[in-house]
Amino acid sequence: MPQTRLEYRNVTMRFPESSGAGSLTAIREVSFSIADREVVSLIGPSGCGKSTLLNIGAGLYAASEGDAFVDSERVEGPNAHVAFMLQKDLLLPWRSIAENVMFGLEIQGCDRAERHRRAQALLESFGLKDFAGHYPHQLSGGMRQRAALARTLAVDPSVLLLDEPFSAVDAQTRIVLQRDLAQTLMRAGKTALLITHDLAEAVILSDRVLVMSRRPGRIIDEINVELPDRDDPIARRGHPKLGDYVARLMQKLDIGSDGLGSDGPGATAPAGAA
Amino acid sequence: MSDAARRTLVRRGTVASVVLLVIFLAAWEWGPGLLGVPHFIIPPLSLVAEEFVRMWQVNHLLMHTAVTAGEVVAGFVIGSLLGALIGYLLGMSPTAEFALSPYILALQIAPKVAFAPLFILWMGFTVYPKILVAVLIVFFPVMINVLTAVRTVDPDLVNLARSFKASRAQIFWKIEFPSSMPPMFAGLRIGSTLAVVGVVVGELVGGNRGLGYLLSFGEGQANTPMVFVTILMLTLVGSVAYLAVILIERRVLHYLPSRSIGF
Repeated sequence: MPQTRLEYRNVTMRFPESSGAGSLTAIREVSFSIADREVVSLIGPSGCGKSTLLNIGAGLYAASEGDAFVDSERVEGPNAHVAFMLQKDLLLPWRSIAENVMFGLEIQGCDRAERHRRAQALLESFGLKDFAGHYPHQLSGGMRQRAALARTLAVDPSVLLLDEPFSAVDAQTRIVLQRDLAQTLMRAGKTALLITHDLAEAVILSDRVLVMSRRPGRIIDEINVELPDRDDPIARRGHPKLGDYVARLMQKLDIGSDGLGSDGPGATAPAGAA
Repeated sequence: MSDAARRTLVRRGTVASVVLLVIFLAAWEWGPGLLGVPHFIIPPLSLVAEEFVRMWQVNHLLMHTAVTAGEVVAGFVIGSLLGALIGYLLGMSPTAEFALSPYILALQIAPKVAFAPLFILWMGFTVYPKILVAVLIVFFPVMINVLTAVRTVDPDLVNLARSFKASRAQIFWKIEFPSSMPPMFAGLRIGSTLAVVGVVVGELVGGNRGLGYLLSFGEGQANTPMVFVTILMLTLVGSVAYLAVILIERRVLHYLPSRSIGF
């Protein structure tokens, strides 16, 4: 049995209602675990608590009930085992790309020579070597996101938490970034939990897809992706069974049953006879 | 904007500026005579230039300018440092801001220059009351901008630093402080021009040094050219202070996309 890297045990999260009394349950009794080197995607309707789960895993929020464990240690706050990456690249505009990649290492007190060595290696492997001294505004969105991924990997976390990392880049850049991520995860042997709204992306990047319900979010289904080439999402994109997986996920999410996805009624009435 | 378009804009703009300057100076020199405006209302350019030379030789114009400039620099530096310090402290402590906000608001609304006579009563005809008025007047734009900047730092950036286990001090020095630089410089620009206002009002109220003193001296003698010269020197002091801030801003904020940092 492979080692468990990340585990949620009966995690419930409630937020106080902004109107005053009462509370809002964002996620309810979520339990799942991710094995070493496994890549798992989390999909679900907007506002179902996916990002909250990620923040709990990163130790930024404490769960109302239940616990998260990383490498069998209870998560009690931010810790060096986990690193996260968001849709926003969060590059610091006043730091060069190399300095941004070193940001986490610098905070963790890694010495200067080692910092530079690791940043150089990462920039090289992400094709950013020539941009080490550039500032973020001088780079394209795709390059910035790649720099953000390099920064995430620089601290050598055992688990990566990725919150819609590619949803802000254009479709072609996304395909390239997906390939870079898949290859990096495979090469470095990393474990990852990926949140995405793109059902095809969930299938082509992961070993497993978890489906969450509407709020209060619960895990309502789990699909094992039995496709080859997890490190080659472009090949998976062309796989004949991809469509079947996406169709199954659409069905689980109840997309298409009312013509508008899961966000309620409101489709325009069919036009009458002319 | 492309480089070529930018160069064209700069060239055309410079030409237009120079043409305007020439028209303005000509109108100043000959306009009053043509319109029959007496010299004690608007002295022509040549009279003002003569007065400048006379004041330089007789009235220690350079000394008075230096005194005013020194007070402006002192008031601006102290006021900005205090404003930034209090801005950061209040920015990081919502409780302190909540408790102090009515007093800050009251002090901000009170016309700062009205404190000048009070400060002169306290400290006499020295440079200190002038510096103090400048400190007070520079303090607010800097403090408000820093406070707002600290408040509006992207919480995801702070979470990013926290996820790497950053300490409170690290979050401040590596995220909040650098994030606050662009708004702080906007405050400093405003402060650099207000500092001159503060100092001049202080000098007008009392003392026998500085350009403000020359202003009231010239007024007392009904010497209009003297008042003109003094106003020009004050504008010069203010412009140098403003340009100094812009030069420092360009160095500090070198990482920002090259904007058309106008004036």
